[in-house]
Amino acid sequence: MGNEAIALGAIEAGVQVVTGYPGTPSTEALETIIRYANRCGIYTEWSNNEKVALETSVGAAYSGAKALVTMKQVGLNVASDPLMSLSYIGVKGALVLLVADDPGPHSSQTEQDTRAFGHFANIPVLDPATPQEAYELTKLAFELSHEFEIPVILRTTTRVSHSCGDVEVTALEPAAVEVSCEGFVKDRRWTIFPRLTAERHPWLENVQVQLSECFSGLSCNSVSGSGKIGIIASGVSALYAKEAVRGFEELFTLFRVGTVYPFPEKAALSFLKEIDRLIVVEELDPYLEEQVLQLIGKAHLPVDVYGKKNGFFPVSGEYNVDIVIDGINGVLADLGENSCLPHASPAVLREELPPLPIRAPTLCAGCMHRTVFYAFKQAAKQLKKDSQADTIFSGDIGCYTLGNAHPLNMVDTCLCMGAGMSIAGGLFRTNPEAKHVAFIGDSTFFHSGIPAVINAVYNGADVTLAVLDNRTTAMTGHQPHPGIGVTALGSASKAIDIADVVRSCGVEFVRTVDIESLENNPENNPENNLENSLENSLEKCVEAAKEAMKFEGPSVIVFKGKCVGITKPSKCYTIEPENCTGCGFCVIQLGCPALTLPAEEDKPFIQDNCSGCGLCAQVCSSGAIRIQEVGL
Amino acid sequence: MKYDILIAGVGGQGVVLASRLLALAAMKAGFHVSTAETIGMSQREGSVSSHIRIGDKISGSLIPVGQADLLLGLEPAETVRNLPFLREGGKVIVNTHTIPPASRPPGSPEYDLSALLSFLNAHCPGILCSDFTELAEEEGTYRAANVAMLGAAAGAGVLPFSEETLKAVLNAEIPEKYRAVNKASFEHAMKCIRLISDA
Repeated sequence: MGNEAIALGAIEAGVQVVTGYPGTPSTEALETIIRYANRCGIYTEWSNNEKVALETSVGAAYSGAKALVTMKQVGLNVASDPLMSLSYIGVKGALVLLVADDPGPHSSQTEQDTRAFGHFANIPVLDPATPQEAYELTKLAFELSHEFEIPVILRTTTRVSHSCGDVEVTALEPAAVEVSCEGFVKDRRWTIFPRLTAERHPWLENVQVQLSECFSGLSCNSVSGSGKIGIIASGVSALYAKEAVRGFEELFTLFRVGTVYPFPEKAALSFLKEIDRLIVVEELDPYLEEQVLQLIGKAHLPVDVYGKKNGFFPVSGEYNVDIVIDGINGVLADLGENSCLPHASPAVLREELPPLPIRAPTLCAGCMHRTVFYAFKQAAKQLKKDSQADTIFSGDIGCYTLGNAHPLNMVDTCLCMGAGMSIAGGLFRTNPEAKHVAFIGDSTFFHSGIPAVINAVYNGADVTLAVLDNRTTAMTGHQPHPGIGVTALGSASKAIDIADVVRSCGVEFVRTVDIESLENNPENNPENNLENSLENSLEKCVEAAKEAMKFEGPSVIVFKGKCVGITKPSKCYTIEPENCTGCGFCVIQLGCPALTLPAEEDKPFIQDNCSGCGLCAQVCSSGAIRIQEVGL
Repeated sequence: MKYDILIAGVGGQGVVLASRLLALAAMKAGFHVSTAETIGMSQREGSVSSHIRIGDKISGSLIPVGQADLLLGLEPAETVRNLPFLREGGKVIVNTHTIPPASRPPGSPEYDLSALLSFLNAHCPGILCSDFTELAEEEGTYRAANVAMLGAAAGAGVLPFSEETLKAVLNAEIPEKYRAVNKASFEHAMKCIRLISDA
């Protein structure tokens, strides 16, 4: 996998400190380092957010160590404060940031382009197209960072980070990293101050010029072909372009850019001088397009440019070979060329497909979040009945963003990591008659949720925060976090209690509802009966929700449960057909993937993927849903 | 040489594992390989697909429309959804076991299995269908349906490497705890597909 190749490249480059926060599609790079960390002597941590991760690696690099920080593109926004200052200060050992972009997007809030971010921040950016190039450019990134004393961004996209392929590596089993860190040496250069910034700014600008010069001579910027129509591309788009023009190579000359910022002007100029027209193939921002337009203007070259800005290529979304073929054919037609790049003929055209059911991502069967969302839905309904108050639900980033899906529809706003409670606070100022509830996951709470709690207490916002604590960073593949008591390397650490944190922030209403023990502990009810105790669990969630929403001032409920993705179910349920009325309430209300009511059947049934949360049994008014098996 | 395989299914069915096993087998057989996988949010019970591109040249990992030589469908509706990737005359192997979506948002069409199967039969000559979920369940767990489908592909003789190469990869990659049930599902599906193909 591309991310694994990056990890191996970093280890070979001698990385000593690795920090990061999980984020698709970047996560596996740090996870791979963890596999080798003890053997190779690499300090590795999951930090609680990207800003902290970067700052930690900065400290290591100030001391002369080689450090790597990993994050997804929106993580770079969180880390941008230290990064913007760091470019002036520079580093001593080496500091590489892996930042993974997500054209599409598949699993992200934005389609931002880290190439443009590098330009903005004066940080060099390398842009590999394959896992092999990712491996090689990682090593180059460390060399450049060390030589020029500046942080370097290795920018990937989903199709590089999450592509598996054959990679030729120098050593199959990485060797122990050589310790080359001289330790921190006190110097005024490490303390940013207006005067220092003023002194360093000319240095920073000069480094950009030097890097552009250096990049023009590197083999990762390569020209192939001798046609009069030029194509410039970077990252995986270069491969799409290559495949799109297969069989028509004599028409084109392809310039592949591996070092996208600072733009290798010299190499680009010699390419531009040999062509008549230029096609720009790139996902996301028209970054290369702007670079070449500027260069063509500066050098007064007679080359027309075809890209996003004049409508020949899509301005958004992920590219593929077919999109690139369409774009190039548009240009060829505009030029009056007779050639037209062919698409393959499929067995079936998309337009011929029969109607297909929509299959949106949804919460797993038995996910504790569904119970909490459903409980708040009931609580809000009851409050509406009692007091006419509407409830506005603010979501956050994580698996529980999927609470937005039909039929739960429990996410009215979602913006970025940690924003739920602050947005709810703003909604409270403008909609004081409504109730305001924010949902946040455990890992996101530690990432950036705490400042909003403090602000709600400080400024007196009447907001309820529901912490969905499933004791893992679930969406990105179950990484540990500060609440678990285990570090990335598996050693024990102090588990930080979320209820204690909010209490110490001054929240007066704090409850903990342990859904898992309610579900599984018969002692929770007088009859000492597992099924009765289950009936209590939803009810207890609803009661807690109502109480918190009625409380004036900030209130927090920590719902504790398990993530079904990493725990074995202890029981499963079945619907007894003789008692089921076929009303379909369980299927329609819960949207649980284990519950199904096929069109040809008149009663629903529970499938193999039931993980035994028992929510359906609690909402069934005819008592038709029973535990089938305990102790699976 | 180029051989493009697309695996389509639902998040949780083991599409990623199946594609990694095929990729490793292709590498073992001496080819370049490049995969594209669905990882992250869409994995949660959503439509997922893996592209596996095998050949002498290195390509981008996404298969262009109409170029897949083989479509392994772990679920009928997801198989149909990905048919436009299949080339004319490409091979389709489909698991007839349905996974109806967890909820039916307003405007989502009804899941009509018989309509989907007759569409597949009409448009994919030589299609091979079986309930690989049930077959895997018979061997011990429905979760091995993904590996059963690899057995089916090996049995149909449509992979660009030998059955032994793939088996060696299965042996090396599947944890011991699950190896026996996966091997049994693989063998069972392979035999079952050979019977269908011969008939």
